[in-house]
Amino acid sequence: MLCQICNKNGATIHLTEIAEGVRTEMHICEQCAAEQGIAVKSHIPINELLNSLLAVQPTDDELAGSSEKELACPNCGFTLDQFRKAGVLGCPQDYEVFEKSLRPLIEKAHNGKTTHCGKLPSKTSTDAKKQIELLNLRRQLDSAVQSEDYELAAELRDKINQGQK
Amino acid sequence: MKLTDISNDINEWFDGSGPLADIVISSRIRLARNLAGHKFLSRCSKDEKAEILDKLKNVLMSLDLGDKVFYISVDKAPTLNRHFLVERHLISHNHAFGKGPRGVVIARREFFTAMINEEDHLRIQVLKAGCQLSQCAKQINHIDDMIEQKVNYAFSPSCGYLTACPTNLGTGIRVSVMLHLPALKMTDQIEKFFNTARDMSLAVRGLFGEGTDAASDLYQISNQVTLGVSEAEIVSQFENNIIPEIVEYENAARNRLLAKQTDVLDDKISRAMALLQNAHLISSQEALFLLSHLRLGINMHEHMGASTPAIKRLCTLCGVGGKEQQGLSIATINRLFMLTLPAHLQLNYGKTLDSTHRDALRAKIIRSALNQDTQ
Repeated sequence: MLCQICNKNGATIHLTEIAEGVRTEMHICEQCAAEQGIAVKSHIPINELLNSLLAVQPTDDELAGSSEKELACPNCGFTLDQFRKAGVLGCPQDYEVFEKSLRPLIEKAHNGKTTHCGKLPSKTSTDAKKQIELLNLRRQLDSAVQSEDYELAAELRDKINQGQK
Repeated sequence: MKLTDISNDINEWFDGSGPLADIVISSRIRLARNLAGHKFLSRCSKDEKAEILDKLKNVLMSLDLGDKVFYISVDKAPTLNRHFLVERHLISHNHAFGKGPRGVVIARREFFTAMINEEDHLRIQVLKAGCQLSQCAKQINHIDDMIEQKVNYAFSPSCGYLTACPTNLGTGIRVSVMLHLPALKMTDQIEKFFNTARDMSLAVRGLFGEGTDAASDLYQISNQVTLGVSEAEIVSQFENNIIPEIVEYENAARNRLLAKQTDVLDDKISRAMALLQNAHLISSQEALFLLSHLRLGINMHEHMGASTPAIKRLCTLCGVGGKEQQGLSIATINRLFMLTLPAHLQLNYGKTLDSTHRDALRAKIIRSALNQDTQ
């Protein structure tokens, strides 16, 4: 598709505008976009990303009870406001203390995922390992069901039942 | 061990070897880890940072990595040395110019480095030449296991390895490859690459990481998702999907240049040769840009049998295909590329130089390397 403005370069920027219920689409090249004052950022700095994610969060905060908003971590004294400014957390415990507020951000940053399913430290207790294994099996079961692989799903369900005993 | 012991040569992962090396320059995997029982660095006092540094330094220096290791105290290192470590991809810019007690442990052959007190308490990385992600993964996993025998990492069963920034949470893994994509650039298709990367949730960065330009047509792509997928899945996606697709794009663009746009290709290579062989002042950016075109020419000759008039001249100049197979190889191009970066130049020269003197010295080194091969 060619740029609608210069009709020379390929259109790489696709804008959809909805104003007063009317939808208009525009397909233009990067050069013309720059001339029109449309900034194209291929990489958003992490602070900006965090800010924009946290900024749209008040409703989630309210849902979670606004308690987290005012809360300071008992271990490191960190607050959500400080996280918003710094982009990094204060201590490992913050993940528990601010769990509800961080969850949407974590989901957004990791394509909707919120549960670890990779390497485990070798020192992890057997119980914890078993728990994580079950979580992984459930995840695999979900994707098997989604892709309609019922044979695999049945196999995974059996493994889960076995593991829960 | 002094930095000048390594500054006169390129590092192992940049010698132009390894699978798919005509397009994939290097593979890198890093893991972010934090110690249990300590705050993250943003909340640590200077003393606590020093304590973490000391603990991790001792652990890392005691590991058997099959190579000599040395330690550099980054906060105490002179500015030039810090720039050098960044140019060499041994530490990040943030680590070089951050705050507080911090350091880096480096394997002599530079396949492994461990930044202590960067954004996380520990960031270990393994680098290899060409497309070797599985090998990187295996090695870094082994090193991580060895470290974990001696420390307790901050870990939660549901969130995985706990990192200072939630964007690294879970596996804490960053898989990245450095790609040389000059033909996509020349054929105005680099957007295709950006779009593919974006669709696959990958970050694209320039040669020196975040916020840098793609000097010399070199791009680094890396995963952004670190939670909810395993390390093996991420590596496999790179090896089986991402890299083959991008390599195919670049190869198609190289074939198109050869078949339909020989003039464009020859013009770039000839101009690069003429300028590099004759210039008396050359900036780092210009040198990187021009050396990229020579690298493309040599690779197209070696891997695709290309012999356009300019490539033929380049090969005579290089000695590629000649009886002795000596002269300007990809390794030599990479050597010029790295050794003429500002901090390398100054460290090897023995003192700091202003930009005009650097440009003159750079031009002289390149001229002598390229003209020597014609003799």
